[in-house]
Amino acid sequence: MTTIFEVLNLSKRFGGLVVTNDVSLTLNKGDRVALIGPNGAGKTTFVNLVTGHLKPGAGTVRMDGVDVTADTPTKRVRAGLVRTFQVTRLFSEMMPEEHVALALLQREGRSGQMLTNYHFMPEIMSETYDILGVLGLRDVAKLPVSEIAYGQQRLLEIALAMALRPKVLLLDEPAAGVPHADTVLIEKALAQLPPDLAVLMIEHDMDFVFRFAQRVIVLAAGAIIFDGSPEAVANDPHVREAYLGSYADARSVA
Amino acid sequence: MLTISSIAADALAYGMVLFVISIGLSVTMGLMKVVNLAHGAFAMIGGYIASYMVQQMGMPFGIGLLIAVAGTILIAIPLERLLYRRIYGASDLTQVLMTIGITFAIIGLANFIFGPTLKTIPLPSQLQGPVNLGFRSIAAHKIFAAAVGVVVAGALWFLIERTPFGVRLRASVDDAPMAGALGVKTSWVYAVSFAIAIGLAALGGVVGAQLLPVEPYYALRYMVTFLVVVSVGGAGSIPGALLAALLLGAVNTAGRYYVPEYGEFFFYAAVIAIVSIFPNGLLGRAK
Amino acid sequence: MTDTALSTTPVQPVATPTQRPFMRDLFAVGVIVVIAVAGFFLLPTNLALLTHIVAVMLLVLSLDLVTGYAGVATLGHAALYGAGAYAAGIAATKFGIVDPIAMLGIGAVGGALVGLLSSAVILRGHGLSQLVLSIAVVQLVREAANKASGWTGGSDGLSGIAPTPLLGLFRFDLYGRTAFIMAVVLLILVFIALRIIVRSPFGMLCRGIKEDKVRVRAMGAPVYTTLVKLYVISGAVAGLGGALAAVTTKVVGLDSVSFEMSAEAMVMLVLGGTGQLFGAMLGTLVFIWFEDMVSTINPFHWLTIIGALLVIVVLFAPKGFMGAGNALIKALQRRSGGAK
Repeated sequence: MTTIFEVLNLSKRFGGLVVTNDVSLTLNKGDRVALIGPNGAGKTTFVNLVTGHLKPGAGTVRMDGVDVTADTPTKRVRAGLVRTFQVTRLFSEMMPEEHVALALLQREGRSGQMLTNYHFMPEIMSETYDILGVLGLRDVAKLPVSEIAYGQQRLLEIALAMALRPKVLLLDEPAAGVPHADTVLIEKALAQLPPDLAVLMIEHDMDFVFRFAQRVIVLAAGAIIFDGSPEAVANDPHVREAYLGSYADARSVA
Repeated sequence: MLTISSIAADALAYGMVLFVISIGLSVTMGLMKVVNLAHGAFAMIGGYIASYMVQQMGMPFGIGLLIAVAGTILIAIPLERLLYRRIYGASDLTQVLMTIGITFAIIGLANFIFGPTLKTIPLPSQLQGPVNLGFRSIAAHKIFAAAVGVVVAGALWFLIERTPFGVRLRASVDDAPMAGALGVKTSWVYAVSFAIAIGLAALGGVVGAQLLPVEPYYALRYMVTFLVVVSVGGAGSIPGALLAALLLGAVNTAGRYYVPEYGEFFFYAAVIAIVSIFPNGLLGRAK
Repeated sequence: MTDTALSTTPVQPVATPTQRPFMRDLFAVGVIVVIAVAGFFLLPTNLALLTHIVAVMLLVLSLDLVTGYAGVATLGHAALYGAGAYAAGIAATKFGIVDPIAMLGIGAVGGALVGLLSSAVILRGHGLSQLVLSIAVVQLVREAANKASGWTGGSDGLSGIAPTPLLGLFRFDLYGRTAFIMAVVLLILVFIALRIIVRSPFGMLCRGIKEDKVRVRAMGAPVYTTLVKLYVISGAVAGLGGALAAVTTKVVGLDSVSFEMSAEAMVMLVLGGTGQLFGAMLGTLVFIWFEDMVSTINPFHWLTIIGALLVIVVLFAPKGFMGAGNALIKALQRRSGGAK
């Protein structure tokens, strides 16, 4: 049980609005954690804060024991903290093959080379197609991303994350916008993630959450109100109140 | 030796003319988010129409001015419908290219219709000659330019802050889709705002014809100046445009008198410094 | 393990340029050589114009790097070209360095240096402020060139640049034959180098930066330093163009570092098609050729035509002549190719 990711007392406010309220959590190697909460709870804000896209008002973020709170987003990625985006962010005119190759080249520190071509690097090419194969993207590897299905674009996001060999992976609604029939493929992809990788997934699809997570954290109004097993989450009174408001106890009145 | 007060008068007049022309561009950029490099071309058109009306048709200055403003707006309306509407939301480069293209075409047409020589707009007798202010004499047309600037600033402020149209305008600037969802006809707001912006450009072109002479390359020559005023002041900000226009007018005029060798150098160095420190302009809103 | 149930996209991908890079490159170089040879023999009295076209092609190619590939919109790129021209000119007239290849090298360094400095200013802005900063930079450099007349000749410019024979063998003759051949060889070498760079990991990074900077950072790749490196390379290419102009026309003037030249370069690039290198060259050729023909009749008609052409290209052919040509070829392929 080794701790790989720690967030301590993270806070952020915009003027009078507190969007992140003294949040602390820990991830160990191999964790499969789901972060859920009603809309506006601040889940994506949390991801933006820990990845360095947003500056916190207070708090610490630690990766593998090292304090990364002052690091740029790029530095954190290189330290092993990788995220995917809720709304796909890809290079619409480039191919999946190029996306994954570029991520690999970056990981290997070769993305600044000007006189080489990744097609002549067999290690890069083979790892690229291994990753694409795991995610079922081999057949569309050479199509511009703008021409592949949205579900496949979501899978490509995961492929990019995997290519970077992260220690901690933050998935922001990986199944968002994907037709229900296709979420199976995303689940299959997530099942193939390395076992010692710590994964935190934001999701709204509760079936997905219960099949994936061994631990659930609930965020409401910027604060953590539950951190425990998936079985206990549905019955927790704080969670019910957060989702259902004062009607949570309405049944007992009748 | 020219004294501070006459340099100040020059700077004020020049700055006010810049303001009257540039405020329209600031509105276009702040509202429709269109980098309209052809804005100066519309000021030029206004100047040409006024010159033609007063010189060739013998109309009084005031009438010529009104016709110039109305005429320029009439010319701009089909351009907005056919061309500008297609580039709202397009990339900066696309807008720059399209509006440069429009500018080139207008320059070519201006030369074709009016010839390459400089056009003057004869001022009415009230605006000719100096006005004795007691401590100094200042050319009447410069005071007129300054006065027009003040009136425009005030009228715009009133329009934007105190009228129902202004409310719709501000809503569309803040969040166009939301404003549309609430029933604001954003395309109509855009069209009217564009007309106002162009009308102001034409007004500035006429009022400032003494300082910015009307000839076919006017549209290109001052393109950069108006762009600089808007980016220094902050797109969409009236006080910003006023501040920037006066500031840049002062820097330019003072530079021309005191350090004529290096005037332009300092001007552009100042622009770089200001825009680097204030990327949204001095009084602009952060995106 | 793979599952294609997801999509209705065709399994047969359309042949992309990266699949046959060498053939395309060879073809492109071949086209350049053919056109150059044709120009050499068909227009022996007009070689000065053709050489001028090649010099400007280098500027527009350098602009394509930063704008077409990396998405940095700039109206100040002539500063890099002019820097190269003045560097070569000053080296010749003030320091007696008159070997043409040395002059080209100095021009490249001058352009790269100004590219580095420009990027420090220009990359700080976005959108409008970036455009204004780029304009301010070129105007500033122009003013500097205007005022430092001891070095630059001020508004009169530099003249009397007298390059020694190329490689010690080929004199720069009155017809401009040596100059033209040198220009074409330089162009081909630069073109090949740029094709390699554009397809390299660095080039892919630049293309990624153009599309989505956030995604690039999320991959752990640096954005700012990459763009600065690109600007240095672009500056070297533009500087080569300026130096070429200095060596072959033997004069350097303020017009080589002006907002007008930057705007014209952008127009040429867009007309030809951004992000394709070849488009930069095609746009330059067409623009300057037409300008030479039409503006002797009436310079204003020229402006009107270009203005109208720009509007048409922006609205209907955003990828320029190259894009329109590619679309035409694809349409013809589909027609004759038959079944999908």
